[in-house]
Amino acid sequence: MSVTLNINGTRRDFDGDPDTPLLWVIRDELGLTGTKYGCGIAQCGACTVHVDGQTLRSCSAPVSAVAGRQVTTIEGLASRTAKAVQKAWVDLDVVQCGYCQSGQIMSATALLEKKPKPSDTDIDRAMAGNICRCATYQRIRAAIHAASAQLAG
Amino acid sequence: MHPLMNCFRTDEQRRLMELLGIEESTAPLLPRRVFLQSAGAAGLAIGLGWLVPTNADAALPGAEGAATGPLAPNAFIRVGTDNLVTVICKHHEMGQGNTTGLASLVADELDADWSLVRTEYAPSDPKLYNNLAFGPLQGTGGSSAIANSFLQYRGAGATARAMLVAAAAEAWHVPPGEIRTSKSTLTHASGRRATYGEMAAAASRQTPPENPPLKTAAQFTFIGKDRSTPRVDSPSKCNGSAMYTADLKLPGLLTAVIAWPPGFGAKLVSFDATDAKKVKGVTDVVEVPEGVAVVATGTWAALQGRRALKVQWDESASSDLDSEALLARYRAQAAQPGMPFTKPTTMSAAPAAVKTIEAVYEFPFLAHATMEPMNCVAWLHDGMLETWSGHQFPTFDHMFAAKAAGLPMDKVKLHTLVSGGSFGRRANVWSDFTVAAVNVAMAIGGRAPVRLQFSREDDTGAGLYRPMYVHAVKAGLDAQGRVAAWQHTIVGQSIMAGGPMAEMMIKDGIDPTSVEGVAKSIYDLPMLAGSLHSPTLAVRPLWWRSVGNTHTAYVMETMLDELAAASGRDPLAFRLSLLGKSPRAAAVLKLAADKAGWGKPRRTGVAQGIAVHESFDTFVAQVAEVSMRNGKVKVERVICAVDCGVPVNPDVIRAQMEGCIGFALGALYYSEVEIKAGRAAQRNFDTYRSLRIHEMPRVEVHIVPSTEKPSGVGEPGVPPLAPAVANAVARLGGPRVRRLPFTRAGLVET
Repeated sequence: MSVTLNINGTRRDFDGDPDTPLLWVIRDELGLTGTKYGCGIAQCGACTVHVDGQTLRSCSAPVSAVAGRQVTTIEGLASRTAKAVQKAWVDLDVVQCGYCQSGQIMSATALLEKKPKPSDTDIDRAMAGNICRCATYQRIRAAIHAASAQLAG
Repeated sequence: MHPLMNCFRTDEQRRLMELLGIEESTAPLLPRRVFLQSAGAAGLAIGLGWLVPTNADAALPGAEGAATGPLAPNAFIRVGTDNLVTVICKHHEMGQGNTTGLASLVADELDADWSLVRTEYAPSDPKLYNNLAFGPLQGTGGSSAIANSFLQYRGAGATARAMLVAAAAEAWHVPPGEIRTSKSTLTHASGRRATYGEMAAAASRQTPPENPPLKTAAQFTFIGKDRSTPRVDSPSKCNGSAMYTADLKLPGLLTAVIAWPPGFGAKLVSFDATDAKKVKGVTDVVEVPEGVAVVATGTWAALQGRRALKVQWDESASSDLDSEALLARYRAQAAQPGMPFTKPTTMSAAPAAVKTIEAVYEFPFLAHATMEPMNCVAWLHDGMLETWSGHQFPTFDHMFAAKAAGLPMDKVKLHTLVSGGSFGRRANVWSDFTVAAVNVAMAIGGRAPVRLQFSREDDTGAGLYRPMYVHAVKAGLDAQGRVAAWQHTIVGQSIMAGGPMAEMMIKDGIDPTSVEGVAKSIYDLPMLAGSLHSPTLAVRPLWWRSVGNTHTAYVMETMLDELAAASGRDPLAFRLSLLGKSPRAAAVLKLAADKAGWGKPRRTGVAQGIAVHESFDTFVAQVAEVSMRNGKVKVERVICAVDCGVPVNPDVIRAQMEGCIGFALGALYYSEVEIKAGRAAQRNFDTYRSLRIHEMPRVEVHIVPSTEKPSGVGEPGVPPLAPAVANAVARLGGPRVRRLPFTRAGLVET
């Protein structure tokens, strides 16, 4: 049974086990390695992608669950909001090891698409599922506010 | 890694070089003095004598093995005709920002345009790329990257600049002294102008100067200039293109996972691969020294294959290994004197003490839990082996990979990629993940390149933990409220024991990493009588961001706080009275206290705690502002003062302090690996918890302006955090927490 996917605007067919987590299809089959494996149990957020604009932990979602839906990975980010987030991340040098940052940026972008002017509490709620072992959290918070200000300005 | 490694004696260096197959004649020796002392020893009125290297210090490895490029005067730099400057980084980037730091050292002396600077990671070659603090070893650790490279990389940049200037002088028939350099451009008052790229070929024909002059601090363009050199790795880490080991693509690359022993010391009895081999995509199921490897065309198939694999283990050897039982044993040992690690100059005379505090402290096993679980790609082909990984300690990884493959070292090529965190995990003298990958590649007969990938559970359960430690302290005050007695016994595994550095590091039965921070303390405590027990276990120990200081700072700084309270003195004033011999420690303490408004009244339910510690030659003081509600703790704000000598990249220093604080706070709150019936009980982020964004305090970092030699920042922000928070909790009327993590005391939500 084949699963038809729409990844970053391109139609892709996957012929393997439909229970395969989306993460491994994205990484191993499609070669989009910006989305990371961190825990495999939806605890760390390193694998976060957008499905129809909502965040999804791709390590714990079977690929069959996203058939026919719009999947966006870090490589496919193109919206004005996403670009503002990525720019703020670079401007503030948020990253350290960087491994979690694709997931952080995906979560932050989804937040700002919904709430262009988030409070600190909004940020806590939206970002608490994304672990950063380097603990870049202070800069993540600052970068979300900076992106928000840029989008408003 | 640890700066104490620069205690290498000459004969030890020689032995190690023999072990590594390095010919002594070609290996750069440990410089006797990387830094000259300041204070006008060289008669320099500006007191920056150490900034100027001696001839010997400035000597750079020759062009041998250096990357090709029109201008490649040494192993660290090349300037292309495309006008790009490439800096070859000998240190491993795991987030701490040293790639940016090394590049900025070269770029400053070269007068390069920062936007034209690129970086590459060096191959494994200790003759060219050894860590000057480690002797003949190439490796990153002990917060030493910038400290050991400070003159070397500046010298590399200055050499290239001198050659560019000489070439321009020749071409323009003007004295070199009249040529100015700025932003990768050479100019002369006559109006002549050339980019570095245009002059690179001519410069390559110049003789590299023996001892190029280095800038004075006043001439720096990047060093110490805030935000002048943004991180070189930010763009690639924000768009998903950064290449980690997990992301490497090679033709025909297979993925392997290993069925690891379920418990420490468990032995493989037998396995049945029938069902595993039925999983679509599984290509091989092979026994390796580590366990049973399941190799497949993709990660999910490998994981499914492993799930289907039937393995029988013999766990009898360690089934009685249990954290609680171990703690009881350690506590009993701590009540007995061990190997002495101090020679007190004042007798720890109990009669002089009129007030005594006795305390036992307990610290759990800690996993590093890097975001990227361990991995390595190995490819045997054409009589050689290539590996790709976050090779933090290439010299050991190289040696052990060659040994595992049965190849000479010159048939083994390491490629070092950035890694998704390390915190000590990727720098290990066992090279566990590298060797395991090579073993899998061998077991499939070198048929294809193979990536060994640890799952999160494999990674957390693998051991190589910050060991469990118990400290027993009995300290007393005399009638004047001065510290009169201090007996201190530490129990815990030696990190060095059993490894290739044991002989070099362990003296008179004392592993310095077990006692650092107590044996070598900033405080004037001549009466301190310390002793150490170093039990051995089936669980492999490893350094964990700031090593021994992870536990010693907690004990020293909370005990001093208790003594201050017992003597009725302010914790800041009490510490300062003992810091006469450590002016830099006193200065950061005062700075942090001042910026935090120490001593000023706070709102109800909020208190501040303070701590200071020196590690890796860097001094850090922190004031933690903590609130308590319904018995639960929240760290609201941390004010941090750091003295790391010349601050090379202030924003990276701030970032490291912020990161150290969050990393240490997560461990203080939640982190613990318990061993039950020989197995690690916590395996993933659901039970081995980490700090999350809503728990991150506001962090303010204040950097002491300094002309002292630079020291590291990757680790020294960790040690003071936990005691500063614990001291604040006590001031709020909470318990004196002596067993970590805080979950044990019910101080945080579980």
